[in-house]
Amino acid sequence: MAADGSGGAPEVRKTTCYMCACRCGIDVHLRDGRVTLIEGNRDHPVNRGVLCGKGAAGLMQVTSPARLRAPLLRVGERGEGMFREISWDEALDIASGWLAPLRATSPEKFAFFTGRDQSQSFTGWWAQMFGTPNWAAHGGFCSVNMAAAGIMTVGSAFWEFGAPDWDNCGIFLLFGVAEDHDSNPIKLGLGRLKARGVRVVSVNPIRTGYSAVADDWLGITPGTDGLLVLALVHCLLEAGKIDLDFLARFTNGPHLVGPDGLILKNAESQPFVIDRRTGMPAPWDGPGVEPDLGAVHDGCRTVFAHLAERYLTPGHAPEAVAERCGIPASRIRALAAELARVAFDRPLVVEQPWVDFRGDRHDRMVGRPVAIHAMRGISAHANGFQTARALHLLQALLGAVETPGSWRMEAPYPKPMEAHPTPHAVAVPGRPLSGPHLGFVRGPDQLAVDAEGRALRIDKAFTWENPFSAHGLMHMVISNAHAGDPYRIDTLMLYMANMAWNSSMNSAEVMRMLTDRGEDGEYRIPHLIVADAYASETVAFADLVLPDTTYLERHDAISLLDRPISEPDAAADAIRWPVVEPGRDVRPFQSVLLDLGVRMGLPGMTQADGAAVFADYADYIQRHERRPGVGPLMGFRGTDGAAVGRGAPNPGQLAAYAANGGFFQAHVPADARYMKPWNRAYQDWAVEMSFFDSPQPFLIALWSDPLRRFQMAAEGTGWHQPPDHLRPQLRRAMDPLPVWYPAGDADEAFPLHALTQRPMAMYHSWGSQNAWLRQIHGHNTLFLPTAVWDAEGFAEGDLGRVTSASGSIVVPVAHMAALNPQTVWTWNAIGKRAGAWGLAPDAPEATRGFLLNTLIHELLPPRGDGYRWANSDPVTGQAAWFDLRVRVERVAPGTPAGPVGPAQAAVPAAGGGRA
Amino acid sequence: MTALPDRTERSLGLVIDLDTCVGCQACVTACKGWNDRDTGTGAGRLSDQDPYGADPSGTFLNRVHSYEILPEAGPAMVVNFPRSCLHCRDAPCVTVCPTGASHKRAGDGIVLVSEDACIGCGLCAWACPYGARELDAAHGVMKKCTLCEDRIDNPALAEEDRIPACVRTCPTGARHFGDLADPGSAVSRLVADRGGIDLMPDLGTRPVNKYLPPRAKDRPMEAAPLAPLLDVQATGIAGWLDRLLGRL
Repeated sequence: MAADGSGGAPEVRKTTCYMCACRCGIDVHLRDGRVTLIEGNRDHPVNRGVLCGKGAAGLMQVTSPARLRAPLLRVGERGEGMFREISWDEALDIASGWLAPLRATSPEKFAFFTGRDQSQSFTGWWAQMFGTPNWAAHGGFCSVNMAAAGIMTVGSAFWEFGAPDWDNCGIFLLFGVAEDHDSNPIKLGLGRLKARGVRVVSVNPIRTGYSAVADDWLGITPGTDGLLVLALVHCLLEAGKIDLDFLARFTNGPHLVGPDGLILKNAESQPFVIDRRTGMPAPWDGPGVEPDLGAVHDGCRTVFAHLAERYLTPGHAPEAVAERCGIPASRIRALAAELARVAFDRPLVVEQPWVDFRGDRHDRMVGRPVAIHAMRGISAHANGFQTARALHLLQALLGAVETPGSWRMEAPYPKPMEAHPTPHAVAVPGRPLSGPHLGFVRGPDQLAVDAEGRALRIDKAFTWENPFSAHGLMHMVISNAHAGDPYRIDTLMLYMANMAWNSSMNSAEVMRMLTDRGEDGEYRIPHLIVADAYASETVAFADLVLPDTTYLERHDAISLLDRPISEPDAAADAIRWPVVEPGRDVRPFQSVLLDLGVRMGLPGMTQADGAAVFADYADYIQRHERRPGVGPLMGFRGTDGAAVGRGAPNPGQLAAYAANGGFFQAHVPADARYMKPWNRAYQDWAVEMSFFDSPQPFLIALWSDPLRRFQMAAEGTGWHQPPDHLRPQLRRAMDPLPVWYPAGDADEAFPLHALTQRPMAMYHSWGSQNAWLRQIHGHNTLFLPTAVWDAEGFAEGDLGRVTSASGSIVVPVAHMAALNPQTVWTWNAIGKRAGAWGLAPDAPEATRGFLLNTLIHELLPPRGDGYRWANSDPVTGQAAWFDLRVRVERVAPGTPAGPVGPAQAAVPAAGGGRA
Repeated sequence: MTALPDRTERSLGLVIDLDTCVGCQACVTACKGWNDRDTGTGAGRLSDQDPYGADPSGTFLNRVHSYEILPEAGPAMVVNFPRSCLHCRDAPCVTVCPTGASHKRAGDGIVLVSEDACIGCGLCAWACPYGARELDAAHGVMKKCTLCEDRIDNPALAEEDRIPACVRTCPTGARHFGDLADPGSAVSRLVADRGGIDLMPDLGTRPVNKYLPPRAKDRPMEAAPLAPLLDVQATGIAGWLDRLLGRL
């Protein structure tokens, strides 16, 4: 009998799921070359055998009727969805015919942006070889606030590069959170907390999912998380319940702030501290040095004194913020007391000696078992960056960063901002870009602007409008390209990004921009290439469609070079490999990129005689070296396959991964498991593993010099000066200490906050083509709090008109009591354009489903100052989806729900699917 | 019309922890996947109708619902509630069956439908107060949770996998499987410890499956309120720092 319980020949192939961003290990059961069952891989570090609702339904994704079946060339008007099928040779000739002349003359006229890309180190490298500065993935509209604030503060970030210490924490504090990301690790962790009886506190305007099982629910008003966090900071400081030893040793709290607001440096341009043993200046990293948090030197006080002064003011007291947060002051004070009790009355001591970066030996690791996790809920606001900074400050005050029981980092992190590249954006015809596209500026001199201050990138990343846009701003590409601001482009290539629908603010306007023609009669964005596996809304707008394979039909590397699957106790990476044949005229997009690169003679992928360096993407995964001995995969390196981290390419590497369950793990040594940023044993191991080439210890940046440099520029200091109209926002947002300011513009006409969240059983727009998942979420309703429901006299089955400053739609509504009283919400990306995704035009997703995107503009409503301000975080450019304000009115029964757009023609696709 | 066994040797069933279930639907699709898998024998399968159309529907043996609860004091709560056959000791779906297709196994107490004897009359679904049976529109026979009887005794599966698919996949560990007739079993102890309850006990169906009720939410924190170090407004930051750093 087979493992699926059938009488057939047993066959299970182990690969990696792609039904969301979680990347669980899956056992794919096959009969006669067809997939019959998908289960979780019990040996896999991410999911330990479990799967979510999406994972098992992957079975319906590989047979979706929306699968593209051959390259397509547009024959009708753009957006109609009228295509003819063409050969791959013709498709690649057309693509290289558009791109090669651009590379030779003006590489920036080619823009390449990727959505659900899990091969960003590859696509970025490819774009760098092409020479365009215009590449990024989707982080700018996802969670760059969390990533940038985390890396700039604690050298890591929530979500993919950090995890609660599930087994040891004594309380778990959860902010926001998209329930589809890191989903099974969080669910596994919550289950462990429940089994141990650990208190789970959720801060979230909506009580569903994880918040539903939380012991305490703080139904916060959206955008005020930073106020709440700084009030907790106030309470802890007021009571002196902070970890002084941790702050003195492992943060820049004892550094001195100079008269200009920058951290004082010595003659070697190094920050220094006052040593408590001598009262004299001493190197910040000197052996035996005991930094003094309360020192005063030449009239300069410590970072710690500055922050205490700020947050001890009455304006940060719970009583001062309670009303704005929608949380009683007594609950805030009670939570602060509970955090202090768990951290300081119940320290978690691991009897493990270790040596810190100063060379000081410690007999044990002392933990503060307060675990905090946060994600998009705090991130997608215009104050999200500083809110994430505030959360990391709270963690640091408690000594709850990388200490036992608290919040732990995952390889290749910790990695401080200083170890990240600066952005590179100068295009030179016929040449590769001089370095990686994305990174962190250290000051105004590193912005991606020309001598006149014009943006070098089409998305205006790394400009005065958003200096720390470390993930680019994919959501601005189409509107900027349409406007020719900062310049016109010729070809836009989108990979797995539904920018004509749920991944854009203002979807209807984006669709218009894609079809708009200039005075010359040509489309304003002349060429649009879309690579995707499925007939999405965006595919209908392509001039050329490059059909991709599904996740069970191709190779992928889940790499330590970008977003691996590490856990706190093990570095880990993984692969996908073709466990079934596509049976359609489709190709893995990464291999197509390599082919396209060879046709254009791109360096790194083309030999001197014009032949390809790599046969395909699988060959690239095994043989590409980013640095000598360091490639996309860490495991089974070297000619004998025994090397880890560093080693020669191994032609048997992918086979070894497949045989190992599709992944590889390198376990962190026992003395390196905690205190990683400061722990010599970890730093040495990280170098051995290739995460960096020399140890990179660092201090938690409670005070941020890079932010202060921009604030100083806004105050008028320095050669590089911002435009005058940006000075006020830079002065406010570039505060070197965490700060709260209101997110978005309040307007009495729109008194309610409107949020979306993604159901745990549906990922972006991709789930609706799934015969099983669409039976769970086939349409969406707008949930209204009791006060709004009663005030408008709503009844079950009613419709509501929901209006923002930029639009109005009529939608089905429902009552929900477990909701912040000023908040309405709906499920994200359920609404579909009629005709898309292989669904019938009268599918409920198209007739009753809706998107709130329609009501969100990428610009804020005019303020009357002559400027249009971006609806984004001024530090990172993160799209401020959750700053949406609306009003909701009851409309007469029978009024039809607003259509989500005109129907598109059915794109030629595989058909078939679930019988 | 169909007799129930006088007693069963074991009472296999599920214990579902409503304090832990986040409503993720993992059990729903894992159940669908296992019970719909193509075994090459033509047996089993759970059909779907109009899967890409205006009114998609299909057969699921397990569904998850979410309900709001308004406590007398404190914020509203949400409870996620997985619903499947409870394998009742006094199963009305068995006694109502005219053909003997619906039956309860004497050995382990699992309630099953013999599809070759089922005439699709629907009486059992009508008799079940829990809505835990679904008439498959394509196959014309009644479908229901089998506790994955083709897993739990399947020698081809690893020992650790001889559990229902929903239990194997549950990411939060909210679903437990075992013998509820054995007071020493892990599931029985869990029921005892956590005050497990029957669903709608007044109906007299005596379900084998148990639900663990949600724990009380939004209780007072354990810690005493924090006391300020001193009056910082009076002493200023310098005084506060001195006190904090032990220099007073």
